Amino acid sequence: MSQRHLLALFNDFDEAVAAISELRAANIKGFDFDDLILKSPIEHPEVETVLGDRPIKVQWFTLAGACMGGLLAFTLVASAQANFFSQIKAGKPIVPLPPDFVLTYEMFILGGVFITILGFLICAGLPAKRSPLYSAKVSEDQIGILVKGDEAAVTAFKAIFTKHKALEIQEEAGK
Amino acid sequence: MGKDIREDIAWAQINKDVLKSLENPKKLYWVILLIAIAMVGVAVGCEIYQYQTGMGVSNKSNSHVWSLYIATFIFWIGMSHSGTLLSAILHLMHADWRKPIYRFAEAMTTFSLMTAGLFVLVHLGRLWMVYYVMPYPNERWVWPNFQSPLVWDMFAIATYLSSSVIFLYVGMIPDLAICRDNIHAGWRKKLYTVLSLGWEGTDRQWRNFRITYLTIACFLIPLAVSVHSIVASDFAMSNMPGWHVTSFPPYFVAGALYSGCAAIITLFVILRYVFKFEEYMTLPIMRKLVRLTFAIAMVWTYLNLIEFSSVWYGHDQTAKDQLIFKATGPYAPYFWAMIFFGSILPLLLAFKRFQTHLPLLFVVSILLNVGMWLERWMIIGPSFAHGHYPWTWDHDQWPSLVQWGIVFGSFGWFTLLFMVFCKVFPSVSMYEVKEMVYHRTLALKNKPAVKGEH
Repeated sequence: MSQRHLLALFNDFDEAVAAISELRAANIKGFDFDDLILKSPIEHPEVETVLGDRPIKVQWFTLAGACMGGLLAFTLVASAQANFFSQIKAGKPIVPLPPDFVLTYEMFILGGVFITILGFLICAGLPAKRSPLYSAKVSEDQIGILVKGDEAAVTAFKAIFTKHKALEIQEEAGK
Repeated sequence: MGKDIREDIAWAQINKDVLKSLENPKKLYWVILLIAIAMVGVAVGCEIYQYQTGMGVSNKSNSHVWSLYIATFIFWIGMSHSGTLLSAILHLMHADWRKPIYRFAEAMTTFSLMTAGLFVLVHLGRLWMVYYVMPYPNERWVWPNFQSPLVWDMFAIATYLSSSVIFLYVGMIPDLAICRDNIHAGWRKKLYTVLSLGWEGTDRQWRNFRITYLTIACFLIPLAVSVHSIVASDFAMSNMPGWHVTSFPPYFVAGALYSGCAAIITLFVILRYVFKFEEYMTLPIMRKLVRLTFAIAMVWTYLNLIEFSSVWYGHDQTAKDQLIFKATGPYAPYFWAMIFFGSILPLLLAFKRFQTHLPLLFVVSILLNVGMWLERWMIIGPSFAHGHYPWTWDHDQWPSLVQWGIVFGSFGWFTLLFMVFCKVFPSVSMYEVKEMVYHRTLALKNKPAVKGEH
């Protein structure tokens, strides 16, 4: 059965939250709640809690990037220092740890920042082509709820959205 | 003290006001831009002359090898720190009054680092040998000394610059999407479309954005502190009299935050007027900023006193002579001007009536930065003039007009970059101002009604 996409726009954040809660409780056939996407003009943790536990994995990229950055820096610096033929040490430590710590620390941060960004792009699905169901109002002052469901679910979606005073409902046939 | 921002301001209005700044600044904007270009012209002329004639025209000598170039380099590095203070530290402390002003402060960080970087090249003289600055083992047998703070500097500043650019950009993505949605076709539309990466404000995007922004903020704070501590180590780890002081790293960090905060006040006043941002860059926010600057000024004064006392009561006679030389020798007027601008003048900021007096704050903030620039010069100039060995003393050296011209032009370069940025990108964070308005409205709603109110 072909799937349909619906985007409902709300002016009132509380109504949007209520609509999401109702969609979750309604147990609509042909609709998976995990497919629901909330579009908001601001960072909105309060509304996001209604969506349930959706994992964030960026911090694992951060950990990996920072560790790799630090390790790489120490390895490169220490191996350059260990080249006795180019740098004669004359009784000093071959790989002096305190000064090397500074460079390791800087590269720990650099690796962490760069790989965090990579993680952000991967986890947030960016860069992306803008979806056809999008309203510029979402970046202004309205909140959007994007749902995907079977043909049969559309009526139930519309009823819930209308009940919660959706300002506009956009519809598109999906693949 | 009034509200940081009106709770009843419409979100659409926020978009409209900020987007308007990308199109219709006051005429003063163009005047500032022209002056900045003229200043850059002076610097470019001086640099071409120096490049073609040789470093001798800068009037540096064997004693004065660093002179104004490195003093100004440190000044610009220092200037960058307050962007991080406002955007990262205050973000972690949930100080939401920073939201309307952190974007331009963060841009200031980026552009002052870029300006600072130019001074390394100018100081180098032989621009075609610029790759020699890069500390990597190479086939030229120029092996970097990884124990040297100068090499650490290169790593630290490169890390700071790239991280700051990323932090500025990532924080701007939701606003770039607003620009993309509202700006009519043209090169700007294409630019915003590419830079906004297809941002739609989905819950997935916001969730990951939140944690990314927080993580980078956490990285940036120790990074900013380490950058200026390392710059301080360039001095403190040598045995030059006047430099070999343990308190140099915190002293440098405090000085950096101080000059940055003063610059934010200057730019606040300019942007508020030029882009008509009275609704967002409000007087209560200015008051908080001024109080922060005052507090940092006092920390700087305290650290100055520590430095002087530790030299005065210490056993290093050369360092003591050096301090007396600063206070009574040919550099005395500049030394006392530094003390006046850095420690005495900021006392004005303690008075409530001056904390929102914009014309006065504009002048004072510029003078504070004059003081901070003098601080850097007083670290470098007198120390080279009156070092350990009397036969290296050179009390009469005065930087040539070429040096002054390049230093002068660097302010134009910074202004040029900053003003162009403010015209192309939103200098007020729209989504964060909306958040600020939203949370304050919620707080008002949840506030228990006062007796007698319905």
